[in-house]
Amino acid sequence: MSEPFLIGDMMTGGYGRGPDILHECTISVNPGEIAVIVGPNGAGKSTAMKAIFGMLNFRSGTVRLAGEDITALSPQDRVIKGMGFVPQVRNIFPSMTVEENLEMGAFIRKDDIRETMEQVYHLFPILKDKRRQAAGELSGGQRQQVAVGRALMTKPKVLMLDEPTAGVSPIVMDELFDRIIEVSRTGIPILMVEQNARQALEIADRGYVLVQGRNAHTGTGKELLNDAEVRRSFLGG
Amino acid sequence: MSQSMRTPLLFAFVAVLFILEGTTSAWIFSGSWNTALGILNMALISAIMALGVNLQWGYAGLFNVGIMGFVALGGLATVLVSLPPTPGAWTAGGAPRILLALVLGAATVIASVLVQSRLPKGRARELSTLAILVGGFFLYRWVFDGGVGVVEAIKPANFGNIGGINPGGVDGFRDWGIITLLAWPLGGVLAAGAAWVIGKTALGLRSDYLAIATLGIAEIIISVLKNEDWLARGVKNVIGLPRPVPYEVDLQNSASFVERAASFGLDATTGSTIYVKLAYMVLFTLVLLALLWLAERALKSPWGRMMRAIRDNEIAAEAMGKDVTARHLQIFILGSAICGIAGAMMTTLDSQLTPGAYQPLRFTFLIWVMVIIGGSGNNFGSILGAFLIWWLWVQVEPLGLWLTQILTSGLADDNWFRVAMQDSAAHMRLFTMGLALLLVLRFSPRGLIPEK
Amino acid sequence: MDFLNGLVVLANFVLIPATSYGAQLALGALGVTLIYGILRFSNFAHGDTMAFGTTITILLTWSFQSMGISFGPLPTALLALPFGILATGLLLVGTDRAVYRFYRRKKAAPVILVIVSVGVMFIMNGIVRFIIGVGDQNFADGERFIISARDFKEMTGLAEGFALRTTQVLTIVVAVIVVAVLFWFLNKTRTGKSMRAFSDNEDLALLSGINPERVVMVTWFIVAGLATVAGVLYGLDKSFKPFTYFQLLLPIFASAVVGGLGNPLGAIAGGFVVAFSEVTVTYAWKKVLTYWLPDSLAPDGLVQLMSTDYKFAVSFAILIIVLLFKPTGLFKGQSV
Repeated sequence: MSEPFLIGDMMTGGYGRGPDILHECTISVNPGEIAVIVGPNGAGKSTAMKAIFGMLNFRSGTVRLAGEDITALSPQDRVIKGMGFVPQVRNIFPSMTVEENLEMGAFIRKDDIRETMEQVYHLFPILKDKRRQAAGELSGGQRQQVAVGRALMTKPKVLMLDEPTAGVSPIVMDELFDRIIEVSRTGIPILMVEQNARQALEIADRGYVLVQGRNAHTGTGKELLNDAEVRRSFLGG
Repeated sequence: MSQSMRTPLLFAFVAVLFILEGTTSAWIFSGSWNTALGILNMALISAIMALGVNLQWGYAGLFNVGIMGFVALGGLATVLVSLPPTPGAWTAGGAPRILLALVLGAATVIASVLVQSRLPKGRARELSTLAILVGGFFLYRWVFDGGVGVVEAIKPANFGNIGGINPGGVDGFRDWGIITLLAWPLGGVLAAGAAWVIGKTALGLRSDYLAIATLGIAEIIISVLKNEDWLARGVKNVIGLPRPVPYEVDLQNSASFVERAASFGLDATTGSTIYVKLAYMVLFTLVLLALLWLAERALKSPWGRMMRAIRDNEIAAEAMGKDVTARHLQIFILGSAICGIAGAMMTTLDSQLTPGAYQPLRFTFLIWVMVIIGGSGNNFGSILGAFLIWWLWVQVEPLGLWLTQILTSGLADDNWFRVAMQDSAAHMRLFTMGLALLLVLRFSPRGLIPEK
Repeated sequence: MDFLNGLVVLANFVLIPATSYGAQLALGALGVTLIYGILRFSNFAHGDTMAFGTTITILLTWSFQSMGISFGPLPTALLALPFGILATGLLLVGTDRAVYRFYRRKKAAPVILVIVSVGVMFIMNGIVRFIIGVGDQNFADGERFIISARDFKEMTGLAEGFALRTTQVLTIVVAVIVVAVLFWFLNKTRTGKSMRAFSDNEDLALLSGINPERVVMVTWFIVAGLATVAGVLYGLDKSFKPFTYFQLLLPIFASAVVGGLGNPLGAIAGGFVVAFSEVTVTYAWKKVLTYWLPDSLAPDGLVQLMSTDYKFAVSFAILIIVLLFKPTGLFKGQSV
């Protein structure tokens, strides 16, 4: 098997000097794919993603992006390397307009960003209508679109979403998933953590079920949905 | 060095500083017991203030920058207790009228609060609140101004104020000096009242807001003291307050005292001043020890543990069902009351109230420096800090002068740098205090005697 | 005629002074609110920062005056102002390097930073007194009046005079320019937007590649500008005395809190709310009312709600009312 585009390989570690939360956990994603991390509460889903993004202290394991070892880099440097990250909460600049949010997303770029902004507006048409409004005044689903749009402004090589559908209604959730599939079709690998396991696995090319910080099950979304053990233990039959 | 060794050693060091001040006149020391005891008495009062601040900051993490105001209220209490009632102030209807006005003012506020809470929200409520406030204000001013006019017209050169409750009368009030002791707890009560108002408003909001609000109340208390002549003569000052210890003159006239002083090898004048200062020292030490005992008891009680739990993690404490804001209000009032007591004691020691002398740098921020350098959260640390910093505050001027002399010794007497340095030795105090505060916060944030 | 005379008195003693005082407070409050927004603490050293900037400007003004340099009808201090700002900026950035940065890196609680700023306040206060002493300094020169009371009376034939001092107009004009430039900077430039982003959501700003140290440095320089301009304008309009500047802290904080800490627009509104309340409450209305009311209703007393000595009580009362009813301020400020 060839090296995946982004891989967190055998990650073990925790926050600061605290106890280890992840134990030899491995997550990877390839271009054109959507990889989803699911699992019960407290399984370390978000932690695994933050580990890949460099917000955790590693005891062992590596993170590699396009074959390069980036384990020692800070989150900021990973952004420059091409990783886009959408945190679960506080993921927009509430008092700034939608357009300014996108501009700030592209802060590290020195070239012309107008084309990227058009692409984002094309993906999320509602943002174009509301581009002069303060992002904090938008609805929950629209804010998530701003957040994803902001991360896309760096033209990332990989996009990481931490529970993008947390706290939005089921209808909005479906729409958000549609948008995420569209982003994925542009060729950007997407790694996301999801609470709504069933819906997420339905769109996943790759699924990771974590239990207590370890890989419990790995496979395509379909395989996991059909896996009796996975269904019984936490998809609810 | 273990902390059990460290505390006595540090206190011993401070004691040596005071003993040197009393015994040797070398370097910056004066060699006068009179001066040494003078510094010590003020250090004892500062130590009480530091205890109050430590209660608020060390136990509860509350940042109070209005200490000056609470201290000044204590001073006001001393005046209102120890002076005799001004002749005519009560009989001519002045003082009663002022009291009535104050009651009316309070009633106005209470009525508007009641209207706010009882009536349903809407225009009717807003209008009636406004009407009560405006009407109440003009009624208050009308009654108040009349009373003030009467009181302030009474022999303004000597009185012009309502006086106090000293039963000795204008001629004999000095014989009732002991009543001044009553002012100390009253000072605490006045300060507690002001603290309640501030705490009710600003606690439970961001920590910065309490700081800003206390800064404000302190300025306002001082401007009330400066401008309300009927209360304590304003900037005309009140001097010659009676005191709970003997007067030097009386001692010098007593043959037995002169004899006793001579047996210690002291002349009557020196002996009497030292005796008076020692008497104050005993009183202040008693108060300090009593408050220290209470504070230590409180710290070790379940209440003290809860306070520190709240300080260390407010959210967790709240989740456990503790009413954080109410507990904070409690400790804020207690700490301010202690500052009020200390303020009353200070005015007693000075025998005068001069509102112009209250400077925030001296009465608020200096106390903070004491607490932080001494060790916030530790009562012994705060007391040590008070002794040490007060000593430094007094000595920094001779110290600065000495330093500039060393630094500029090679220069001519009229060299501009030498002149400039010598002229500004006085400003060294602010600078030194600020620097000391920053250095301790940075390199030893837990202070000289850290919290256990 | 009476109505006009009353209006002239009102403008002369209330409207114009309150407007220029409001502009000075607004500039001061903008500095406080910017520090709060970016560095997340209430800076108790702000009054003394204003005093420092003004001190340097005064020294340069004096040396310009002694060299015979003047600015025509305008105060020479305006020529010295840029240098004052520069010196203050360097002092603030130096202070940040030596003091604040350590706590920022440690992510210390805001209250610790407030205490640290108290220490800085002591030191700045000491420096200012060391340089210029504790007394009153007057450094205004140039034309004193744009319209003097006598000219106005001759022009209009009214009984009441209306005097417009150069410093009052200057305050308002300079404040408008400074505020316009500041808002242009915050809303239109990349650096300005990155400051707003940092104030809005620090973590996300870091993720977006915004350099926090740069944002902080730029903030200190802007604050130096605002504080020095506010201090010099106040000093020209009234007079300079270090202790007065320390006391300005209260109305300035009140303005910033009234408007909503962290909100620049709020700081400006707050400045005027506090200034107008202070002036109207401490003004003796007798003269205006005598003109406006029929003779039978003319007041006997001064009709002064509070003596001028209590002007701080006004800012304080406003502060308390806002804290009680709307702790985030009139314009939405940052969290309570």
